[in-house]
Amino acid sequence: MRGLEIKNLVVSVADKRVVDGMNLTVSAGEVHAIMGPNGTGKTSLSKAIAGHPDYKIESGEVLLNGENIVGLQPDEIARKGFFLAFQYPVAITGVSIANFIRACLSARLPKGETLNPVEYYKELYAKMDELKIPRNFTTRSVNDGFSGGEKKRCDILQMLMLKPSFAILDETDSGLDIDALRIVSEGVNTARGENIGMLLITHYHRLLEYIKPDKVHVMSGGKIVKSGGAELALELEEKGYDWLKEM
Amino acid sequence: MENPSDNTKEALNLDRSVGDFKFAEDYAYDAGVGLTPEVIKYISKVKEEDEWITDFRLKALETFEKMPLPTHWASKRLEELDFSKIRYYLAKGAKKKRSWDEVPDDVKRTFEKLGVPEQERAFLAGVEAQFDSESAYSNMKEYLEKDGVIFVDSTEGLKKYPEIFRKYFGKVIPTSDNKFSALNSAVFSGGSFIYVPKGVKVQQPLQAYFRINAENFGQFERTLIIADEGAELMYMEGCTAPRFETGTLHSAVVELVALKGAKIQYVTVQNWSDNVFNLVTKRGLAEEGAQIRWVDCNIGSGITMKYPAVVLKGKQAKGEVISIALANNKQHQDTGAKMIHLADETSSNVLSKSVSIGDGRASYRGLVYMPENVSNCKNNTECDALLINSNSRTDTYPAVICAGHNNSVQHEASVSKLSEEQIFYMRQRGLPEADAVSLSVNGFVNDLVKEFPMEYSVELKRLIELQMEGAVG
Repeated sequence: MRGLEIKNLVVSVADKRVVDGMNLTVSAGEVHAIMGPNGTGKTSLSKAIAGHPDYKIESGEVLLNGENIVGLQPDEIARKGFFLAFQYPVAITGVSIANFIRACLSARLPKGETLNPVEYYKELYAKMDELKIPRNFTTRSVNDGFSGGEKKRCDILQMLMLKPSFAILDETDSGLDIDALRIVSEGVNTARGENIGMLLITHYHRLLEYIKPDKVHVMSGGKIVKSGGAELALELEEKGYDWLKEM
Repeated sequence: MENPSDNTKEALNLDRSVGDFKFAEDYAYDAGVGLTPEVIKYISKVKEEDEWITDFRLKALETFEKMPLPTHWASKRLEELDFSKIRYYLAKGAKKKRSWDEVPDDVKRTFEKLGVPEQERAFLAGVEAQFDSESAYSNMKEYLEKDGVIFVDSTEGLKKYPEIFRKYFGKVIPTSDNKFSALNSAVFSGGSFIYVPKGVKVQQPLQAYFRINAENFGQFERTLIIADEGAELMYMEGCTAPRFETGTLHSAVVELVALKGAKIQYVTVQNWSDNVFNLVTKRGLAEEGAQIRWVDCNIGSGITMKYPAVVLKGKQAKGEVISIALANNKQHQDTGAKMIHLADETSSNVLSKSVSIGDGRASYRGLVYMPENVSNCKNNTECDALLINSNSRTDTYPAVICAGHNNSVQHEASVSKLSEEQIFYMRQRGLPEADAVSLSVNGFVNDLVKEFPMEYSVELKRLIELQMEGAVG
């Protein structure tokens, strides 16, 4: 199937189990949200899927469009169509956003082929307009000295340009003021469509006011403890997470 | 600041043959191996030099023999140099060519391999190109001649313009400055002689591509650049060398003289193969209100020892060194800057960035000298080092002598290790690890790369990418 399937996934970091028998399926065209208190393995899950060397997959499978990506290099996983919007995007001093995205797109081309710079900039500027990003933004070094909102916008812009088939957005709402949140959400809603599956990882309900998920899951203790529709997010907003601990 | 070589396995597996080229050459003149007064006389005779030059050379040889190797502070590897096995002079018999069409095909092929871009071929008409120890090709743009600008190789400069040459030759860097300046003074050949008359501002950079292409053959070019009052010029020197089986010595001497209000910018990209000893003495003399700027990038060589200096002799003179060094496996880039403030209100600026890869080592050695009798001088020094692997090494040795009245010296240094989270971020976007590291390193040096002329900055980025190939994994 097209989308992401997580089967009995167990992940450890420095011998500590952080994801413990996780099962989740998100089909292409769907947007799911994972909510849950801090320290329940949400970020670990996303980094493990992305192939981060510190996050060891002990057992289980992660299928991206039907193909097991466990054990692949992070860049291979990315080029197969997986995108992770980071909770804390890292700065790359001296590398402009425009050059960075261009390099990332070039890495996806068959050997010997080059990106048409005119077409590239045309598309880049169109996406920037969609995200209401000023033109001079992409001449700045990636995430270098950016505000929280700018970092998230930079990640969303990359997502729109790289066109992944599946994206995990890790706490994309953290550190955003309302205006920035709206812009990022619009970006996500723009990207949303039949060909992309998305998983939003969030602590608060706030983001889900702008992005309506098809399903909401609650993660606790390294696995999904409850799943439901969009209304589950509201329930969590009212009751908090404590009542789930008994489950 | 030092990482011991604890894990050599992590050292990079780098194919240094990338960018290394060699073609068969025939030489008409060959001084043989070893260094004797006879060799010196042979060189002088082949070059049809005046007696004073022959004497100058012979005296320099004596000085060279008396002086010790500077191994007390530099690399012990210098002791590997066997001066009796070096070939001090090789030259093709061909006379200098005036047009590109007349240049022999094998030489052209080498230029192509050097990656002189097609667009630049047009500029090559103005290029003083040194092929082995003689210029195989030299031509001057008409406008240079029209303005009275002299741009020839040093041998021609000596012959045709003795009155200017002799006045400044060996004055900024005396023969006895160090063992290698003495060696160069004894056996120098090739290099450029440039004179820009009063008030002439040369718009186009003067370029020279240097290249050595014979085993065991040291290259000893001698460059002397004089900018007369109010004159301005930029000189670009780029080096790439073929790969050799045994060590090769490159020991140049570059003297700059900026008279009152003149400006000289000297740009170097050094990419010798990793068995070359690159021991270069570079120094400029800045008179009142003059500016000298060294823009220096060291990528190649096994060991480089180079500390471009500016002697700020006149009031309000300015000196600047912009320096990038990449030390890969087995390489030691021992570079730095010297700023000698000898007049009031002089200022200097040093920006240095180094990258150590594998067990490569980058050292910054700096000297800022402000004696008792000067006042209102300023220096700013910034050194940033980036370590790629855990066995990479960097050192900083700043020497600051600040006396006098109202002088200020500022020194900032930083060392950072390549960030794994940064590399992961880039890989998550689809960049293979080597590309990510390469981009990260290019980003680190980017603000200094921007100081290089456009055509060089493009070449530089490409060279850095080549260096980073196979740097990880």
